[in-house]
Amino acid sequence: MHRAAGGPVTLAPRADFPLLERHPSLHYLDSAATAQKPRVVLDAIRAFYEEANANPRRGAYALSFEATQRYWSARETIARFLGAADPECLVFVRGTTEAMNLVAATAGREGISAGDNVVVTALEHHASFVTWQRATIEANAQFRIAELRPDLTLDVEHFASLLDARTKVVAVTHVSNALGLVSPVAELVALVRRRAPRAMIVLDGAQSAPHLPVQFDALGVDFYAFSGHKLGGPMGIGGLLGRKALLETMPPYQTGGDMIESVGDQVSTWNTVPFKFEAGTPNAADAVGLAAACEYLTGLGMARVRAHEVALLRALVPALTAIEGVTVHGPTDDAAFAMRSGAVSFELAEAHPHDLATILDQAGVAIRAGHHCCQPLMRRLGVSATARASVFVYSGEADVAALAGAVRHARAVFAGD
Amino acid sequence: MTGASSGRDGSDLEALYQGIILDHNRRPKNYGELPAPVHHAAGRNPLCGDEVAVFVKTEGDTLAEVSFTGKGCAISRASASLMTGAVKGKSRAQVDALFDLFHDVVTGRKKAEDHKAELGSLVALGGVAKFPVRVKCASMAWHTLKKALETPAT
Repeated sequence: MHRAAGGPVTLAPRADFPLLERHPSLHYLDSAATAQKPRVVLDAIRAFYEEANANPRRGAYALSFEATQRYWSARETIARFLGAADPECLVFVRGTTEAMNLVAATAGREGISAGDNVVVTALEHHASFVTWQRATIEANAQFRIAELRPDLTLDVEHFASLLDARTKVVAVTHVSNALGLVSPVAELVALVRRRAPRAMIVLDGAQSAPHLPVQFDALGVDFYAFSGHKLGGPMGIGGLLGRKALLETMPPYQTGGDMIESVGDQVSTWNTVPFKFEAGTPNAADAVGLAAACEYLTGLGMARVRAHEVALLRALVPALTAIEGVTVHGPTDDAAFAMRSGAVSFELAEAHPHDLATILDQAGVAIRAGHHCCQPLMRRLGVSATARASVFVYSGEADVAALAGAVRHARAVFAGD
Repeated sequence: MTGASSGRDGSDLEALYQGIILDHNRRPKNYGELPAPVHHAAGRNPLCGDEVAVFVKTEGDTLAEVSFTGKGCAISRASASLMTGAVKGKSRAQVDALFDLFHDVVTGRKKAEDHKAELGSLVALGGVAKFPVRVKCASMAWHTLKKALETPAT
């Protein structure tokens, strides 16, 4: 942990992040939306363009070879970071949203027929929820939603009851972006394999990749989608990890250059995996940036990243619940922290999240107010929006204190004090 | 000392959340539906979940009665409440002119202090200009009113 001259206890020093250096009084608590970037990531992107920029895999000259090497090396680093031994299982996409759309448009479209069903949870982010809803409607299949217990954890019994022989896709979020609760993935996977043997399991890893040590090969899911910008990489790059056997049989997503093997006048054949799913010039520079972000986190150690955020949440949640009128959504008892990660949704009675966010902004505290792309969840909470604070490696006790202080001030403003 | 948000201080926040705004949020005026036949429309801000429905009874060209329902942030509720008071008894043309002025004030194109007489109690929302993220909250009721007036009464 870093304690700089009596300052906050963060895991990574703020000094590693140029934006946080530039805004010393900013308490950035919206990392679930996007993470700040360590200097090494920005340097790696710049270095690619200054030293090795060429179109990977197409040129016959040394510079292209260098670009190809850096791009491939980035793929290896990122796959390894997420526990995938085979880098060919990693398809680069723009982010989690594109990854979901890719699976739905390929394996989904092929695999779901009229009379089948797709199972999602009420926690799903729109990237998963809307994508699978539409795919289900288009296939004339049934859209089943696993509901929540009163404490907002997933009702595993209800989830299990929705699975059957006609279930073709099960889409689950690894960590809820709105509530920060970690799904019991191992238990859910076991249930699916037993009760819905023909189902593909798609795991939304947008909020787990930055916070939990992820071992894709051990998870037992078929697909894992994630976004680079949420773990400190640049925007516009993310990945889809998929079981090789599935990726090999799936039809391509976008067509064009590089994803083909040969193009005849009437019919074309496809390239091998992962290139079959990567049409056009790749976003190689940002893949390199994402690899640098993965290496940065590896340097901190993902076990320590996880321990740090749990310690912070153990401070943040009670600091909020101690304020009169504040409700934190989801379990807040001691045992809850083992299944909490990153984000905390809360409400202040009498104050709409929007107003709360504006008052907090005045104190330099950045939180997110809104439905967090989880309208189905918000409906079940009976609200149209919540306030959400989320931590990452550069967050520390000073951010927690600033948040609590600003929420207290907001309460006073709304109580008419 | 503020963080990344620049150029604003505590007094701007006080100006935005002054007593009149908080009061209209807590106890909005003209809250509820109006019996048919009535012009009505609904507005929604998909980014934040603010919702408003506006109801208007016209007598000829005059807005005889105006009410609203909805849930949302203090700014959106207070704005809707203040709007109903400001437009009641006015003609459609007067309401159009007031809408344009209100929009210019909350987007910072015009200063609220320069138009105190025309704005009346709406002047309380002048502070929104310093919080561009909240302009949509303040103007949603007005956009919805406009939509209601363009819809035949049912």
